[in-house]
Amino acid sequence: MSEKCSVGRRTFLKSAAVTGAAAFVSGPGTTAAQQTAASGPATAPTLPREADPTGGVDVLTTERPGGDFMVDVIKSLNLDYVASNPGSSFRGLHECIVNYGGNKSPEFLTCCHEESSVAMAHGYFKIEGKPMAVLCHGTVGLQHAAMAIYNAYCDRVPVYLLAGNSIDATQRRPGVEWDHSVQDAAALVRDFTKWDDLPVSLPHFAESAVRAYKIAMTPPMMPVLLVIDGGLQEDPIAAEVQARLRVPKLTLATPPQGDSGAVAETARLLVNAENPVIVADRAARTPAGMKLLIELAETLQAPVIDQGGRMNFPSRHLLNHSEGGRALIANADVILGLELADFWGTVNAFRDSLVRSSRSITKPAAKLISIAAGDLFVKANYQDIQRYRDVDIAMAADAEATLPALIEAVKRQIDANRRRILQERGTKLAEAHHRAFDRARSDATYAWDASPISTARLSAELWSHIRNEDWSLVSDNGGVSRWPMRLWNFDKYYQFIGGSGGAGVGYNAPATVGAALANKKYGRLSVSIQNDGDFMYAPGVWWTAAHHQIPLLAVMHNNRAYHQEVMHLQRMAGRHNRGITRASIGTTLESPNIDYAKIAQGMGVHAEGPITDPKDLGPAIKRAVEIVKRGEPALVDVVTQPR
Amino acid sequence: MQASKCSLLLALMLAGGLTIATLDAQGQTASGVQKPTPAQAPDAPTGNAQKGQQLYTSYGCYQCHGREGQGSTATGPRLAPRPLPFAALTRYVRQPSGQMPPYTSKVVSDTDLADIYAFLQSRPQPPAVDSLPLLKQ
Repeated sequence: MSEKCSVGRRTFLKSAAVTGAAAFVSGPGTTAAQQTAASGPATAPTLPREADPTGGVDVLTTERPGGDFMVDVIKSLNLDYVASNPGSSFRGLHECIVNYGGNKSPEFLTCCHEESSVAMAHGYFKIEGKPMAVLCHGTVGLQHAAMAIYNAYCDRVPVYLLAGNSIDATQRRPGVEWDHSVQDAAALVRDFTKWDDLPVSLPHFAESAVRAYKIAMTPPMMPVLLVIDGGLQEDPIAAEVQARLRVPKLTLATPPQGDSGAVAETARLLVNAENPVIVADRAARTPAGMKLLIELAETLQAPVIDQGGRMNFPSRHLLNHSEGGRALIANADVILGLELADFWGTVNAFRDSLVRSSRSITKPAAKLISIAAGDLFVKANYQDIQRYRDVDIAMAADAEATLPALIEAVKRQIDANRRRILQERGTKLAEAHHRAFDRARSDATYAWDASPISTARLSAELWSHIRNEDWSLVSDNGGVSRWPMRLWNFDKYYQFIGGSGGAGVGYNAPATVGAALANKKYGRLSVSIQNDGDFMYAPGVWWTAAHHQIPLLAVMHNNRAYHQEVMHLQRMAGRHNRGITRASIGTTLESPNIDYAKIAQGMGVHAEGPITDPKDLGPAIKRAVEIVKRGEPALVDVVTQPR
Repeated sequence: MQASKCSLLLALMLAGGLTIATLDAQGQTASGVQKPTPAQAPDAPTGNAQKGQQLYTSYGCYQCHGREGQGSTATGPRLAPRPLPFAALTRYVRQPSGQMPPYTSKVVSDTDLADIYAFLQSRPQPPAVDSLPLLKQ
């Protein structure tokens, strides 16, 4: 068929539209002369309507575009928010969300970078327990979003990604729409998403949209991606398609539970062990998971090492021995690993020296048991799988779903004599816990009055202002030497959300904003410890926080460097033995020092700093807390010690 | 786009068992009460604390051990105000057995080490934990 006589899909759909409007469908052909006269620069994003290269009268409106039905489906998934930096490849769905959908469930969140959109969704899930949607271009948007998607993938967090694309090449606007179109948009992120699809019809979209949600929410949870064609979003719903539309029922899969025989054997080993250790990383998916882990630990009177992928175990629980983890593992006869991202690294020591070396730190006869949903879904390219570990029992199962059966099996095997022995062990562990806590308090006194401000002082000052509130730490705490975990009383699931998963810098600021948004409706005081290097990746998220009135207290850990990289460079310098004074080149954020408070203020956020005198810190935090309690974000820039 | 390995390295360092923790010779009892600090370790050479402070910074010691030598559970143990005996510290700096990079006399002379040692010894004693309201639980 010649181009002159072609009937575009959209034109065809227009002719079959159910708008009911009287229509004079224009002739499909366009002469070269008309095109020449009508066309602006080839790169113009859109042509003015007056210059459309069509002759005659066209159908100009529809009140039932395909995007409306997409909104119907999305609403059925109970998605509260859609985070997005606006883009023309999803303009149809965008309009349907804000007008047809009433900008509610989901509500549009204006983001300044797709990396922010995805990381916000990442942090949001870890508080709310359900995904946030993200809308982005299938090309440049996904490219921006890729690192944040990878972080969520590594962290086993579902993100509901929708990416616009223009599939029919004959319908693309000249210029930018071609640049923003791609044959296989999902290819860019397929290595670190769990599933993707490219629906070619609205019924197809409906099934894939529900399927995607279900897949994302089945452990191991991960991001999913639907690529949505611009034509499907914008074109009227044809009559024959309308008749086939329905919103499929969502039924989430129950998380996989460990095999009963493996559970029984695990219980036997744990009950009979003299020095069992429970290690938890991403074990508690929900508040119930934390309670179950407490029950297991108390039943066994076994110490728990919380590796901090989730809020697994209360920090002040007498069986929390996260600080003494290596010694406990070295002395253990049974080690139970629950959703460990790195079991090998847990039971081995690795030396990053000129000649790299490693050794097992466990007793030769120690039994290793793994319960991890990660064994159910593995991809090849990206290496977040960590090194292969030798274990004695490997349950490819969700730890939280397996804990009830394991607890019951353990209880069945404990007799009175064994219970007495376990209680004696518990008494010793309680004493050791008290000693560790006293040691932490004592350690915190060193450099107490120093400037730059010590991370212990920062954490203690912050704690004093939130401890009597319903607080939630929405950032990781590894960069500040885990002082919050050592000094604060974490006893609720929402008080900690772990880290980025993939160690991609730029996660923290947007993830904390997303988590704070989830905390908002519960009236919680969200606080974060914000690294300076991370701040600079996509600082526009502070505007998003201000614009959407997301209450968040961010206290900066501003060591004026990508400090981990400073140490890496220092390691190389020491190893290469030719000068050790240049580790700051390319790794520090000095000369000039960055005024983070001014940046935040410029985006409508209350901000103070830089604070260098520890005496000034408490009052600044107090003022910021008052701002946050009014429902706004606030930032306190603190110049700190490196770690 | 840079993707740092912050958390991963921390995990590696922890995986390494932080054998450099043996550097920490602080007089701490289990309950956190501080022991008296001797004015000078018996084997310590005479060093220039002011120069030592400059070297401690320019040589990057602060990166893992903090600008006051206070240490970090994540990166490096406490060094001040009571460092290990000078001979033991020197041995470890030259031939570390843990995660710490080696520093030969080519890049850190014995005189430099003596100055750094003097700086570490010059750090003030921390306040008693019970004197700090923020640390009362």
